[in-house]
Parts: sequence; structure tokens; C-alpha cells
Amino acid sequence: MAEIAYWEAIRRAHDEELAHDRMVIAMGEDIGVAGGTYKATSGLYQKYGAERIIDTPISENSYTGIGIGASMAGMRPIIEIMSINFALLALDTLINAAAKIRYMSGGRASCPIVMRTPGGTAHQLAAQHSARLARMFMSTPGLRVVTPRGPLDAYGMLKSAVRCNDPVIIIEHESMYNMRGEVPDEETFRPLEGAEIVRAGTDVTLIGYNYSVHLCLAAADKLAAMGVSAEVLDLRALRPIDRDTIRRSVEKTHKVVIAEEDEAAVGVGSEIISVIIEECFFALDAQPVRVHAADVPVPYNRQLEKAAIPNADDVLAAALKVLGRV
Amino acid sequence: MNASDQKRLLREMIFYRRFEERSFEAYMERKIGGFLHLYSGQEAVATGVLEMARCGHDYVITGYRDHIHAIKAGAPAREVMAELYGKETGSSRGRGGSMHIFDPTVHFMGGYALVGQPFPLAAGLALACKHKGTDQIAICFLGDGANNQGTFHETMNMASVWKLPVLFVCENNLYAIGTRIDRSTAVTDQYKRVVAYDIPSSQHDGQDIDVVMAAATDAIAHVRSGRGPYFIEFMTYRQRGHSMSDSNAYRSKEEERLWMERDPLKIYGERLKKAKILTEKDIAAMEKSVLEEIENDIVRFAEESPEPRVEDLNKYCLDDQPDPRWIGPLGQGEQHG
Repeated sequence: MAEIAYWEAIRRAHDEELAHDRMVIAMGEDIGVAGGTYKATSGLYQKYGAERIIDTPISENSYTGIGIGASMAGMRPIIEIMSINFALLALDTLINAAAKIRYMSGGRASCPIVMRTPGGTAHQLAAQHSARLARMFMSTPGLRVVTPRGPLDAYGMLKSAVRCNDPVIIIEHESMYNMRGEVPDEETFRPLEGAEIVRAGTDVTLIGYNYSVHLCLAAADKLAAMGVSAEVLDLRALRPIDRDTIRRSVEKTHKVVIAEEDEAAVGVGSEIISVIIEECFFALDAQPVRVHAADVPVPYNRQLEKAAIPNADDVLAAALKVLGRV
Repeated sequence: MNASDQKRLLREMIFYRRFEERSFEAYMERKIGGFLHLYSGQEAVATGVLEMARCGHDYVITGYRDHIHAIKAGAPAREVMAELYGKETGSSRGRGGSMHIFDPTVHFMGGYALVGQPFPLAAGLALACKHKGTDQIAICFLGDGANNQGTFHETMNMASVWKLPVLFVCENNLYAIGTRIDRSTAVTDQYKRVVAYDIPSSQHDGQDIDVVMAAATDAIAHVRSGRGPYFIEFMTYRQRGHSMSDSNAYRSKEEERLWMERDPLKIYGERLKKAKILTEKDIAAMEKSVLEEIENDIVRFAEESPEPRVEDLNKYCLDDQPDPRWIGPLGQGEQHG
């Protein structure tokens, strides 16, 4: 068991899957000779060559489409989109093609692509580099959407995504690539479905995914100091949602906070609250509270940016609200 | 090409024309729904190009005017008709309809409604062929209207940089739905547009199947030899509207009349008669046997086939038999703090 960075975990998963199956290729902007914007493919060009680690021009929609076409003929492309904001350019091939081809061919064709892309607000990158957009992908039938919160899932979910026969979107985070965590030395696969109880508790459930899990964990520490036992639930997958794990936790704690870095409208929190109401409305002792970004494009100014994006104190305040402590 | 192949080709084109006309009738009877885009008038292009390709080996992909490309590529015609009827026995199990015919068993990789979307998909199929080191190629049929999409430019660029074995077949029927090419497109000769991407290209008559086959032979040889993509443009004309709701008000009757005279079936039929390969009587017999086949085999199969079951609504959205090692769900024992 070694402690490695998030980017190293992604790189290791690429390396193992490229070695395991010659049909695996990686494609994206600057992933080869330049080594990848976040180093997630560094050294792989030298090891596997230009035919398998493909530097693409800045043509997101069509290089995604090329990956999709290749996957229909047996390849396993891992497509990197440098920022989730740029994934908007690839929505036609991703949503109109990859997500629909299996269905509209009556199950006769399939598109086993993986699209990796960082969402999230990093540090003053302003409105066109700070979108999260998870909610958009999670609403699309025909896709799988996963959100690894640390190196273990970043490694093990990418490996599973490459082997899985469905199109999988892996949403990473610009602020998480240097985050460290333990990953087993032996080959490990992490499933693409299933939420995870990251910290067990009895008084309130804090639900997060990707970066916001860490806000929930930090809030849980502060709550513990106040004598409150918070349970932290990592959704892990936004599509499909693990309804059972959410229900079991809410039936235990009876109080819920959902933390997302995205704007609230038609979002992850809205969906999770709907799930809770459908699954276990009568288990609730208080109204669920959403923690989310301000309803504005992300500003450049440091103070404004901080104000726009939720932090651990916001999660703490929300928890105190559902607990009736404010 | 010997006389029996020539006779077969004429029969195929007659079959394609009658197939489309019969589907038009079924549409008017409301047995076929949605949009229906007919290929009548353009038959020589798909028939001629795919005659020279290795169907079942090479990959074929196109837009929404896809019935005939699918059949010529090897998809059973009765399954294509059953798909138009929305039946479980259809090429796409009734889930796709007219615009989304698929038959991966013969490497027909679909019809797509998003104009220009098949460009990158075709290049991806070609990338897979190149990666596997086979002599397969990908053939992408699209209309002139598709060339004004960003995917055209993005894909031409990448196909050229990566020397992908892909043949782009432009069926220039002069209209992007209802807008004439010179009103929408700065350079109306489409083959000139790929010069910017250093892709060899040429323009030919798309109504004469002998011309199509000769041009396709050279283009396919270029692509198969590993020298990268080729872009071939065929001048053609659709005899019907863009789809069923189209009155063709944007085209002059004189223009339509001139192109009707250049009907690909008529051109080839006259040639075979002149060469004494067929008589007028032979062609009439051919017409009769085609109509019988369509009625007694193709349409009957579609009409008698079952509808998909409503219980299967959610089938085919994702892999229906996923491997639990990759999918999960996460067991309690695997959870970590």
C-alpha cells in the first residue's frame, strides 16, 4: 500500500490498462509529448508511442467522435477533455451519439469509451474555466457518470471504466490532482456503482461527491468537536444513483445535508432530495438543506470567487440548521 | 464487369427504387411513422461505390437517408423494412426507425440524424482499422449540406494528419434540405474544400453507375493502400423532397425535369439495352419480379413481425449484462474511510 497523488493514480490506471489490452488508447490535447496538463498521462507517450497516446488538435467534438467511432469497432479509447467547460463542445458526439447508439441500434452497437475531464473551481480561472456541469451529464440516459473523491477511486474506477461496455464520464477536479491517498500495490478495480459511507455517524448525514466529500469530512470533524456524530456519504456515481445506501443512511440519522460545488437549480442536490422523498420521506425529522454555489458565472476576483463557491463552514452551518442548533 | 453482374446491378437499383416507393406508400398508410427520407434518384452512388468496396469487411456509415446504403452494405432488406415499421425484427429492433438503421454484423455502423456527425465516427472506425493493421477501410456517405458543419473541417484535418483509411463520399444533391447550395456555401464544388486539408479529391457524375464505379475503384485503391483519406464528390439529385413533409417548392419544375431525364435507372437500363444485354421485355420482367419480392417477402415480413414488448422499454440503454467486477455495486466490506 503506497500513498500516491491523484494524478499518479490516474497515470497508473492508464499504464496498467494500456499494458493489459492493445485496444486501449488515450487521446486528448497535450496528453502525449507534453505529458498532460495535469501529468495524468506523463511518460506514457514514450512507453506506448504516438499511435496509442494520441495528441489531438483542439477539436473536442470531433476527436471525441473519433474515439466513439473507434470504440464501435472494438477499441477502448480513454478520451481526455482538458476542462469540463470544453466538454460542452463535445456534447453532440457524446450525448447525441455515444449515449444513444446502443439504444437506437437495439443493442447491436456499443460505445465503450471513457471520457475523463476535470470540473470544479480551482484558483481564479474565471467563468469559462470553472464550471462543474456534473448535473448535466447525470441527467443523460445511456451514460455512466462517476466522481472519484481520491486516488483509490481515481485509479480503480478508471480501470473499471475502461473494461466496462458503456460510455463512462469520469469527473475529476482541478484542485484534487495533487491530493494524496493510499492505493494498494496489487491491481485493484473499484466498481462504477454504489455510494460509500466514508465516515459513520448517527446524528446527521452529509452527502457529497468528488471535491465536496472533503468539505463534508471537514465539517464532520468540527461537528464531532461539538458532540455531533455526522455520517459522511460519498455518492461516487451520479448515474446511476445508489438509492439504497442513501435511504439506509437517512433512516439512521433522519437529517440530511447535500453539498455540491455546482449551482443548485436542477442539480445534484435537487435530485438527491427527490430520491430521499421518494424512498424515505417519513424518516426525515427536518427539511433537507442544500449547500451549493452562488447562482452566478464564477467570478475572477479572489474574494468574489471564494464567496461564490461553498466551503466546509457552509456545510457546517447547514448541518447546524438541520439539527436545529441555529 | 460481365453481363450477369450488369443485370444484377440494374435489378438492385430497381429494387432500391421500389423499396423506397413502397415505404412511401406504407408511410401514407401510417404504417411507418416519424421522418422518412427517400433515396430515389441517387441510387447509382451508393450502389456503385459499395459495389467496389468489400461489404461486410469494410465499415460503412451515413446520415439519415440510409435505407439503401444499409441494404447494399449487406443488411437484409426485410429487416430494414421491419425497422421502418418499428418492429422487433427490425435492423435496430424497432428502436431506431428510418434514420437509425444499424447492422454491425455486416459492418454497417448506422444512420445518424445529426448532420455531419458521421464524419468523426467514420474517422474513428478508420482509426480502429489502422490500429488493428487490417486492410479494412471506412466509407462515409454524406450530403453536401453536411460539409458546412464544424465536424467536416475538424475531421478532414485529423484524418489527413493521421493518414486514416477513410473514404468520404459526398453525395452532392444541390440542396441542404430546402436551401440551394450556392445560397449557403461559398465554394459550391465540394471536392475543392478538402484541398485545405491536403486530401486528394475528385468530382464525378453520380447518375451514371459506370462512372461511379470507375471513380470509386481508384478512390478505394488509394485509401486501402495506406496513403490516407480520399474525398470523392458525386453530382446527383433526389427526385423526392427532403422528407415526407417537403413540397419541393424551392426547386424549379424545369430543374426537376432535367434531372429526371438523368435518372440513374434509365441511364443504366438504356445502356444495357443498347449493348443487347437486356431487352425491354427483360426489364419489364425484372420490374415485376422486384415488385413481387418486395410485396411477398419484404413487406409481408415487416407486417407480420411482432412489435417490441413494452416491458423491454428500458433494455439497451446500458449493457444489459454488465460484469459485476467493473459495475458493482460496492459491497459493504469494500467501503473504506
